[in-house]
Amino acid sequence: MVRRGRSGPIRVLIAKPGLDGHDRGAKVVARALRDAGMEVIYAGLRQTPEEVVRAALEEDVDLIGLSILSGAHMALFPRILELLRAQKAARIPVFAGGIIPDEDARKLKKAGIKAIFGPGTSLQEIVTTAQRLARGGA
Amino acid sequence: MSPAVRQPPGARAIVEGDRRALAQTISAVEDGDPTAAPILRALYPRTGRVPIVGLTGPLGVGKSSLLNALIGHLRAAGKTVGVVAVDPSSPFTGGSVLGDRIRLERKPDDDGIFFRSMASRGEAGGVAAATREVTRLLEAAGYDVLFVETVGSGQVDVAIRDIASTSVVVLVPHLGDEVQTLKAGLFEIADVFCVNKADLPGADLAAKDLGELVALGTGRDGWAPVIVPTSTTTPSGIAELWTAVLAHESFLDRSGHRAERERARLRAEVAERVRDRVGREVADRLEQDPELRRLLDRVVARQLDPAGAADELYRAHYGRR
Repeated sequence: MVRRGRSGPIRVLIAKPGLDGHDRGAKVVARALRDAGMEVIYAGLRQTPEEVVRAALEEDVDLIGLSILSGAHMALFPRILELLRAQKAARIPVFAGGIIPDEDARKLKKAGIKAIFGPGTSLQEIVTTAQRLARGGA
Repeated sequence: MSPAVRQPPGARAIVEGDRRALAQTISAVEDGDPTAAPILRALYPRTGRVPIVGLTGPLGVGKSSLLNALIGHLRAAGKTVGVVAVDPSSPFTGGSVLGDRIRLERKPDDDGIFFRSMASRGEAGGVAAATREVTRLLEAAGYDVLFVETVGSGQVDVAIRDIASTSVVVLVPHLGDEVQTLKAGLFEIADVFCVNKADLPGADLAAKDLGELVALGTGRDGWAPVIVPTSTTTPSGIAELWTAVLAHESFLDRSGHRAERERARLRAEVAERVRDRVGREVADRLEQDPELRRLLDRVVARQLDPAGAADELYRAHYGRR
């Protein structure tokens, strides 16, 4: 699976912003993306929005995946999108997973999160979406 | 006209501290993208001066935590740090999980650290072929000290020695008896042995076994490897570890080995690049040669052995011998 405009594999950052220690979901997704041939930079727990954006730029990723279960998504996700815009990196697509109420999900998608996966989403769906987003699809 | 003006735009941005330009050029190097070549060429004269510290050792010995502690130590001393952390790619899917950033702690807005994770992309020896070029980019970007972190699973991953000026082999207590230390490979490349997790029982025994190994004279070029116990939980030994690295760096300068090693490495790098190109050319030729298929049928049918088939093909393409 080749990166947009490049010959190497897709690089994706998986991070858990904010204060929540439940990283099973992030790990399962990281592994599924790895098995789909991607290079997954796993940033781990308790990342500030600034750290997420800094890591994404240093690692030159094609895609950012955020996992959150703490309920702080309405504060943290828009902040990450804002920082990406400030760094002129808004073209890096961001997707998310975790416990996010439908109403919030609609608002976050409007704000620029490209895809949101709730509990029960198949890994195949996440992989396919990640591939499409990394290739520059909407 | 100053030399800086003639540099390609990417090279100039990197020298001026543009982190995105650096990150994107690293990607181009990793991908073998030809756009990286003029940038590397322009920056090459700015390289070859800073310490490149290799951190290697088996999985789970605490390399990333140790690296984080060393970065903290160097940042407190005002040094800037560039890191390449290499993790394996799957031989089956080409995918990888690069998890060395997990241990990284830094102050918000600290631009004195550049941390890049890299997948080995099938390269034997634990270090991707691009690592050397990436260290050059980091040096040209102005970082004072470089680290290359790799998994050294045991006895074959010694490529780090071809990149690092000082190789730190990280071990922990209870990795095996003293006979393990006699085996070839990992134990031979150490300029510094770090016995990490030294707060655990058995650390003194591990250090003693290594001490006996060093006493037997495993050192290269007249340098006896230094053994440093460390712990990142207490924490302890971090300053001592860095002192040991600097001692080796100054030994390299004092003894003249730095220049000698550099020349030997660059010779190997040039030769390797020629071999690569020739190898690709040969592969392309064979790909297009219908004779290969015919010979292969005979090899499969056990009418011709593989060496005999290779002989025939070699003669057909490269004449006598």
